[in-house]
This record gives sequence, C-alpha cells and structure tokens, in this order.
Amino acid sequence: MSASRQPGETSALRAPLFFAVLALLLVIEGVTSGWNSALGILNMGLLSAIMALGVNLQWGYAGLFNAGAMGFLALGGIAPVLISMPPTPGAFRAGGMGLIAAFAVAIIALILAAQVWRKLRIRGRGLLVTLILIVGFFAYRGLFDPAVAAIEAINPSAAGNLGGLGLPTLVSWPVGALMAAGAAWLVGKTALGLRSDYLAIATLGIAEILVAILKNEQWLDRGVLNVNGIPRPWPVPYEIDLQNSASFVKMAQGWGMDPVLASTLLVKLAFLVLFLIVVLLLIWASQMALKSPWGRMMRAIRDNEVSAAAMGKNVTRRHLQIFVLGSAVIGLAGAMMISLDGQMTPSSYNPLRYTFLILVMVIIGGSGNNWGAALGGVLIWYLWVKAGDWGPDIMTMIAAPFPDGGLKEHLVDSAAHMRMLVMGVLLLLVLRFSPRGLLPEK
Amino acid sequence: MDVINALVAITNYVIIPATAYGAQLALGALGVTLVYSILRFSNFAQGDTMAFGTGVVILITWGFQAMGISFGPLPTALLALPFGIVITAALLLGTDRVVYRYYRVTRASPVVMVMVSVGVMFVMNALTRFLIGVDQINFDDGARFVINARQWREMTGLSEPLTLRSTQLITVITALIVMVALFWFLNRTRTGKSMRAFSDNEDLALLSGIDPQRVVTVTWIITGALATIAGTLYGLDKSFKAFTYFQILLPIFASAVVGGIGSPVGAVVGGFIISFSEVGLTYAWKKVATYLIPGWEPEGLVQLLSTDYKYAVSFTILILVLIFRPTGLFRGKVV
Repeated sequence: MSASRQPGETSALRAPLFFAVLALLLVIEGVTSGWNSALGILNMGLLSAIMALGVNLQWGYAGLFNAGAMGFLALGGIAPVLISMPPTPGAFRAGGMGLIAAFAVAIIALILAAQVWRKLRIRGRGLLVTLILIVGFFAYRGLFDPAVAAIEAINPSAAGNLGGLGLPTLVSWPVGALMAAGAAWLVGKTALGLRSDYLAIATLGIAEILVAILKNEQWLDRGVLNVNGIPRPWPVPYEIDLQNSASFVKMAQGWGMDPVLASTLLVKLAFLVLFLIVVLLLIWASQMALKSPWGRMMRAIRDNEVSAAAMGKNVTRRHLQIFVLGSAVIGLAGAMMISLDGQMTPSSYNPLRYTFLILVMVIIGGSGNNWGAALGGVLIWYLWVKAGDWGPDIMTMIAAPFPDGGLKEHLVDSAAHMRMLVMGVLLLLVLRFSPRGLLPEK
Repeated sequence: MDVINALVAITNYVIIPATAYGAQLALGALGVTLVYSILRFSNFAQGDTMAFGTGVVILITWGFQAMGISFGPLPTALLALPFGIVITAALLLGTDRVVYRYYRVTRASPVVMVMVSVGVMFVMNALTRFLIGVDQINFDDGARFVINARQWREMTGLSEPLTLRSTQLITVITALIVMVALFWFLNRTRTGKSMRAFSDNEDLALLSGIDPQRVVTVTWIITGALATIAGTLYGLDKSFKAFTYFQILLPIFASAVVGGIGSPVGAVVGGFIISFSEVGLTYAWKKVATYLIPGWEPEGLVQLLSTDYKYAVSFTILILVLIFRPTGLFRGKVV
C-alpha cells in the first residue's frame, strides 16, 4: 500500500471542481425533481459524509478495516431515544432498579472473573472462572427478566419501553458518539494488535449483535415496534407549526410560494444548516489532527508499522485510539440520522447500505483525504439514490425488444438490484485504477 | 424411561440440527480457510459466493423438474449440484483473472485484498439477485423424512418424538464425503501437496518449481465447489434467501478462526464447535429439565439466550479465542 499512498502531483483546482460538479448535479435535481428531493438527498448525503469522515479516520488515516460501521451507527441512534424522548410514566419505578441491579451483577461477575483469571495462579482457575460466569449469568437473568416484563407491560401499544430523559435533542448527539466510542473500545481492545483482518471479522460480528439488540430489546427502544415522534433538534421547526403560524404563511405568500411547500423546504434547510456546521467542524478538526505531529505519526504507522514500532511508537495503542475516535464520529452520525428521521426503526439497518456503502464512499472520495471523504459521502449517496431511479428506466429500455412474459418481467424486476452492481464495479475500478480516489491524499 | 426421553429430546432438538448445521458451517469455513492459506486474505465474498452457487443450483433444479427429471427419493438439487459447481468455479476463476490477479502480482497488503473482496461481494450479491431475486425459496423435493414422528413412536413406543429429515442426513453424508475427498486430495495427491507447500512457504515452493498459477486455479475451483455444496446443503436444510447467506458469513469466519485460520482440520472442528454452542445455548431446555428433574416444572422456557441472539454466540466464542488463543485451536497461520 505504501507505494500508492505517497503524495503526488494534483491540481489545486481539483477539489473545488469536483464540489462544483456535485453542486451542479444537486441543482439539476432541484430543477427537475423539485427542491424537496434535492435537499433531502443533500441532507442524507451530509450525514453519509459524517459517517465517511469517521470511516476515513480508521481506514484512511490508519488502514484499519471496520466492517461494522452499521453497528456503531445503530448504537449512536439509540441516544436520541434514551436522551430526548419523554420518560414513560411509571416505567422506571416498575423495572428501572431491577435493570440497574441486573447490569451491576453482570458487570461485577465479569470483573470478578477477569480478576480471578489474572490474579490467581492455581490449577482449576478455569473451572472457577466458568463457575463465576455461570452463577453471574443466572443471577443476572433472575433480576433482568422480571424487570423487563414489568416495563414491557406498561402501556404496550404505545410505549412498553423505558422512554428517555426528556433532555434537548442536541444533547443526544454527543451522547450517541460516546456510546459508540465505548463499544468500539471494547471491540478494539480485543481485536487490535492481532492480524489485520481480525478487526474486520470482529466488527462484522458486533454490528450484527448491536442491531439484533435494538430489534429485540423492547424495554430499550420498543424493538421492531419502532419509536416514533423523536423530537427534532433545537432550531428546527415543525411543518405543522409553521403552517399554522399566520406570519409564516404571509411571508411564504409574499415570496409567491405555497405555504406547505415553503414549510417543508424551511425544515430541510434548517437541518441542512445544522448538518453543514457539524460537517465543517469535523473536517476542520480532522484536518488539524492530520497536520499535527499526531497525524504524521498515524500516517507513519499506516505506511510502515514495523519502522514506526522501531521508532518507539505504540502501534496497538494508537490504533485503538483512532478506532475509538472514528467510531465516535459514526455514532454521532447515527444519532443525527435518527433525529432527522424522527423515528427509530431498527429493522432498517442493513450492512450493505450502512457499512459497505460507507467504505465505498471513502475509497472513491479519496482515502486519507477528509474533503475527499465528504465529497464521496454526498456524491455516492446521490448516485445510490439516483441509480435506484434510473435502474428501472434503463432496464425497461433494455428489455423493450423482448416479448412480454417471464424474461422481460424478470429483467425489469431485477433493476432494483442494479445499484449493488454499480457500487461493486465502481469500488473495484477505483481500487484498481485510481486507488487514491477522486481527491487524493496530500 | 424419563432419562431416555430426555436423551431423545436432546438428540431431536440439539444434536441432529447442530450436526447438520455444523457440517454446513465446516464446508463454508473450509472455503474461507483455503483462500486464506493460499491466497492470503479473508474472503468477505464467501457468503455471496455460496448464495450465487445455490442460486445456480436452484435454477438448474427447476429446469430438471420442468423436464421431468428427478432423483428418486433424493432431492433433485443433488443432481444439479455438479453443474452449479462448474458454473460457480468458472465465475470465481473469471473473478480471479479480472480482479484478484493484479493484486497478487503487485503483492498488495492483505487488508487491501479484503477490501477488494468487499467489491467482489457487492458484484456477486447483485448477480445473485439478478439471477434469482431476494425472496425465500424452498427447493427441496423427494422424500421429506427418514424417520418421522409416527414411525418413531411405533418403532420405540417412547412418548418423546424424534424426527430425522432427509435433508439433514444428506447434509451430513455429503459433507463427510466432501471432507474425506478434500483431505485425501490435500495429503495424498501431488497437486494437493504442492498447495500445502505453497501455503507453508511461498518462496520455497516457487523455488522448487511449483507453478503458482496452477495452485491458485485449483484453489479457486475447490473454493467454488465447497461454497456451492455448503450453500446448497444449507438451502435444502433450511431455505434459500440471499440475505441469510450474507449473515452466515459471521459464523463461518468464527468457525475458521476458532479452529485456527488456515488449518483445514481446524475449520471442520470450528464449524461443529460454533454450531453446537449456538444451538445448545438458544435451545429451550424446559422439556429436558422436566424429564430429568422429577417434580420440577420450570416457569420459563429455560432458554439461555433468545434465538435472535444466535450470532452473539459465534461472536462471543470468536472474542474469547482472540483473547486467549489468537492462533486458534489448531495453530493456524501466524498472527
């Protein structure tokens, strides 16, 4: 990898040019399909850009392959549910203490087992550790099951979960980042320092498990029943309030716009401004980090681990650090995405969309270049959405000469899977012919 | 009597399903481990290769069924299997020629190879979906049971039922044949030995005149065969759905790592360790407990983990192995 990662000659105009093309694509989308659609793509694209910035920290700065971005994203998404939803009345009294006790027992059992394993050097410590874990597990289940049953019995059709703390939504964003960072620390601690692809396998696993937890633990987030009506972050208004406000309706009419359309556009613009601030702050921070001695050290480690270790750098620690940081950024994006959607739907997390597509964004945008990752995030998201629209049209055209019947129907039906093919081929082409991406690392 | 009933219940709900599932995992893990030891990267496209192979087999099975060809009491899919293997192996060889070879020649780092396999995964995923769609498909035909519950009751007079589905028996027998053939091939034939030499020390193998291209070609053909067989058996036993094949990537990787990635014996043992832990921990032990402990009627299901968390089992085992013995049980490749 080292040979292809050396700085090369690129024009200073390259980045502005690509961003201009992107802006043009979005303007065309706005003119042809309406500004609501264009702003929708841009907002989700900016969230993808944040995810890509997180993955870029891991893959671009350090060469770590995180195959579980989806898991950290989903974990971050739980933060708005737990922080900004109003609490379910009576839920904490019914089972809160039981849950806390259960988790305390589990943590104590784990710590005890680890201490026994580490400190005692006697024969049969394996047996003792197993015994502690088994007793701990049953004690945990004994406390946990009744508490969960009590919570899920409260108003099951509308709640049945703990609810949140009722704090402002903006607070939940950094909390989401912290939660993802915690999980990343646990995974990184075990899988880093071993062979490079063990991290990929371990993250692949933790992602599946985190999403399984979100799908099944009803006391936490109502599982597949979804949590709706998650409050919006502070400055973003609600469409219905705008439409009911006489001054807004008058203003919209003053611009010659339909008040309903104007309200949806204004909401999207408010999200856009918020997201843009976060993206720019993140890019600024990542750029500063990259230029600092710390950033140079990270790149030195990535390009040659052996020589960096010989220079006295603790490679495993640095890897853990950047893995946690990158996952925190992904968790932040997860929390932001849930407050944009206003609902938590655990069954919508799909690894192809939320793990592997993000990797495609980073690699095509330019591994190691933050502007590249951001560009890749928005551009690939745009292509992903549009490939879904164009696929059926193109396929209908291809299938036109065939007689009506099974084959034609099959071809048109399969068009929806076109974007998988497009993404796979794009990824392979970029890896092969332009491994440094659209905006190469400087 | 109760003890026998308890044993029958365990056999019926744990041992038989876990053995069949373990055999499927073992075949998948063998594919991963072979690619790892010869081509030196973790193949993320393995799950989707299995899905593709199974998709081809299903299409050919439908063709046979339409032509009225059947395999007697055995599923027609077994008859279609060789054709599926040929097509899948051809696809893998094509992929190697177009995609992987460049990185092998330029000696790209393993993590880049893994990323490349993600690209291949996307493409295979799309191909499978073009080919057969995303819906759940049942394609088993022929006799459904070797022993059904009624026969069992008449045979033994026990109150506890035991069923053995034909697909489970076929899975285990096929897997056994494939494994014996593979180990014979690796240990006894010239090509197999050259593959092992190549895996142990590439430079030395090249010096002794082993043709690397031949080794790579044979590896991909075997991987294609293993993936198609594993996928078809899994599909016969449960059902075919493209997305589940992506999901069993995790238990397959866990099997390979637990056994020691790069070690074929390890892959087989790992597959059974993962499958027995998964089925054992997610099985509701209530029935067995009632048989064994007279006078005790458990309140709940006595299920250690809900079935939704079966992947947590593979993951936990994986993490434990990474902490305590990163080379796996059978000392796989260097860490």
